[in-house]
Amino acid sequence: MKITGAEIIIRTLIEQGVTDVFGYPGGQVINIYDAIYKHSDKINHILTAHEQGAAHAADGYSRATGKVGVCIATSGPGATNLVTGIATAMLDSIPLVAITGNVPCSLIGKDSFQEIDITGITLPITKHNYFVNKIEDLADSIREAFSIAKSGRPGPVLVDVPKDVQTALYDYEEGEIAPKIPLPLGEDEKIAEAIALVNEAKRPYIYIGGGAAGLGLGDEIVELANKIDACIGCSFMGLSAIPDGCDRFLGMQGMHGHYASSMAQNEADLIIGIGVRFSDRATGNVSKFAKRSKIIQLDPDFSEINKNVKVDCCIVGDVSHSFREIAKACEKKSNKEWIERVEELKADEAKFEKEIADSSTAQLSPKKVFDVINASKPRNTVIVTDVGQHQMWTAQYVKFDSTRRFVSSGGLGTMGFGLGAAIGARVATGDTTVLITGDGSFGMNLNELATAVSHNIPVVIVLMNNGVLGMVRQWQTLFFGGRYSNTVLGARQTDFVKLAEAFGALGYRAHNEAEFKDAFEKAIASGKTVVIDTIIDKDEFVLPMLPPGGAIDDIITKVEK
Amino acid sequence: MKKNGFVIAVYVDNKFGVLTRVTSMFTRRGFNIDALTVGETERSEYSRITISLSGDGYAREQLINQLRKLHNVKKVDVLQDDCIKRELMLLKVKYTTETRADILAATDVYRAKVIDYTTDEMCIEVTGDPTKIDAFIKLMIPFGIIEMCRTGIVALERGNTTLFD
Repeated sequence: MKITGAEIIIRTLIEQGVTDVFGYPGGQVINIYDAIYKHSDKINHILTAHEQGAAHAADGYSRATGKVGVCIATSGPGATNLVTGIATAMLDSIPLVAITGNVPCSLIGKDSFQEIDITGITLPITKHNYFVNKIEDLADSIREAFSIAKSGRPGPVLVDVPKDVQTALYDYEEGEIAPKIPLPLGEDEKIAEAIALVNEAKRPYIYIGGGAAGLGLGDEIVELANKIDACIGCSFMGLSAIPDGCDRFLGMQGMHGHYASSMAQNEADLIIGIGVRFSDRATGNVSKFAKRSKIIQLDPDFSEINKNVKVDCCIVGDVSHSFREIAKACEKKSNKEWIERVEELKADEAKFEKEIADSSTAQLSPKKVFDVINASKPRNTVIVTDVGQHQMWTAQYVKFDSTRRFVSSGGLGTMGFGLGAAIGARVATGDTTVLITGDGSFGMNLNELATAVSHNIPVVIVLMNNGVLGMVRQWQTLFFGGRYSNTVLGARQTDFVKLAEAFGALGYRAHNEAEFKDAFEKAIASGKTVVIDTIIDKDEFVLPMLPPGGAIDDIITKVEK
Repeated sequence: MKKNGFVIAVYVDNKFGVLTRVTSMFTRRGFNIDALTVGETERSEYSRITISLSGDGYAREQLINQLRKLHNVKKVDVLQDDCIKRELMLLKVKYTTETRADILAATDVYRAKVIDYTTDEMCIEVTGDPTKIDAFIKLMIPFGIIEMCRTGIVALERGNTTLFD
């Protein structure tokens, strides 16, 4: 039986296992929304306040589960509003399918109302995209989009469908769930090389990135570290891969990484990189990065090999397989001197941290906020962040109990990502979801409070409010002589408690640890969307800090206030 | 060819918009193309893009890897240095009664063809290896080149192999 293109789109989504989509209707997707109306028993559509929120929600949905996130927007401004969300997913390799409507084929190229070349715009920020101008290509394009999004190194795919294709009639036959194309297995020769390097190493450092975080290898990585007497560090995107409580785990390295983790990486004689791409925020000055170390890199994407850092042994392909082969075959050994050195570094770090904590005269230091969150968050809480100082404090202080419990925009660093992503993560998991944000980031997309409230999607929002754009201010303090150009938000006078209430959410305010603890616990228990306006000092710093383009010797651990 | 120059042959899906995907990647990653040609192949489903460019070993590796990642790219190869390269050029040059004989002699030696001829200019077609084309241009400069265009090279490897072997 022939059905409309719009109906084919929704039936293909259902066929691909999609149960939740995020989007916003408009003139050129009205037929798709009509099909959503008809199939609302099988597909749950969450109406966001803005298309950007829909893209971030689909992204958060995917990060928290590994499933492909789906968002829908109309042509023109609807489609362009997705762009930041799609780019965010691209930079962090998140599988996403974005469906946009477009004007009918006869109006394409005429600068018609709400016409935009969205496949052209998204060319550099998608893994691939489709402009479907023939109804006979529609179902297969969507299936391919899913397959491309989740296979290999995942990423976003956009499918643009003109309105006349949505209304055309065509046969539809239900298909299979599009396959995740298996990665090739790492070459035996390379694996043997890696094993030899591991066996030789006296100061091994296992370095985990976003490519490993979703694979659930955490316990096995700890086992390997025990076997070869190594320490473990991670990039920002690798956070939550290693379950909390492992002694060998030094935390994140890099620009705002833990002192011991960055120093140990610099002193290691072997870095075993698993799903890492050695981004500039992780390496600092690449010509001075890990000079004493050999590097092994395990990655699904051949184009990451030797891109940012020259490696000694690369194994392209299925990361889990290569990792397990190495872990199985390498020799058990002890590196007493190395572990003693790592312990020394940890002691130094504890000293810095104590100094920082002691020097804080504020009523509520960031550290105290995170002490409360760590102590009071239920097991399996999903922690979502926006971008800025609060994000780096989250990366430094939060204790994650399992993988995929950390949702944050790493590569693109998208302020305004958090609330949409938190909504997506909560819809996907049903688990307690805490958004940690700042007054700058929150101000960008706080309209999504309406989405959380209207769809009963409870998100606990810890708004670390310092009245400034803290991260830029920190740079202005350190590198621009304290000239605070346009980073002071004090004149805004936004009352976030009233704002929350205006949206139908709950609002609390906390000035000190006791108030924050009380508010946080009440918020978790409420089962509602809550904004906790958490007042912190504007001159708190994220430390340590490797200045941009600097090397490990330039590390800043202390700032005179 | 330029220093560090090399030629890449790419088989891509013969579909709308694929050339843009390839060239947009070059722009995005900061690779500079010296010349690019595209056309149909022995297989109707594919087009062949021939790209000449220059860069060190790092650029070469990155370029190949980034090309291979594009969904519509089916096959990428850096061609051997001894591959057969051909380019075509059309060149309009001024002549006078004094210079006509010299230009025609050069055209003859280069096995080029005069394909248009008016009272004060002629249009010459030259085909050959890019170095030959360069040399011919140099020769014509003193006579006064009015306008010229080059196709960019097409190239195949020697022997009975194809990119798909």
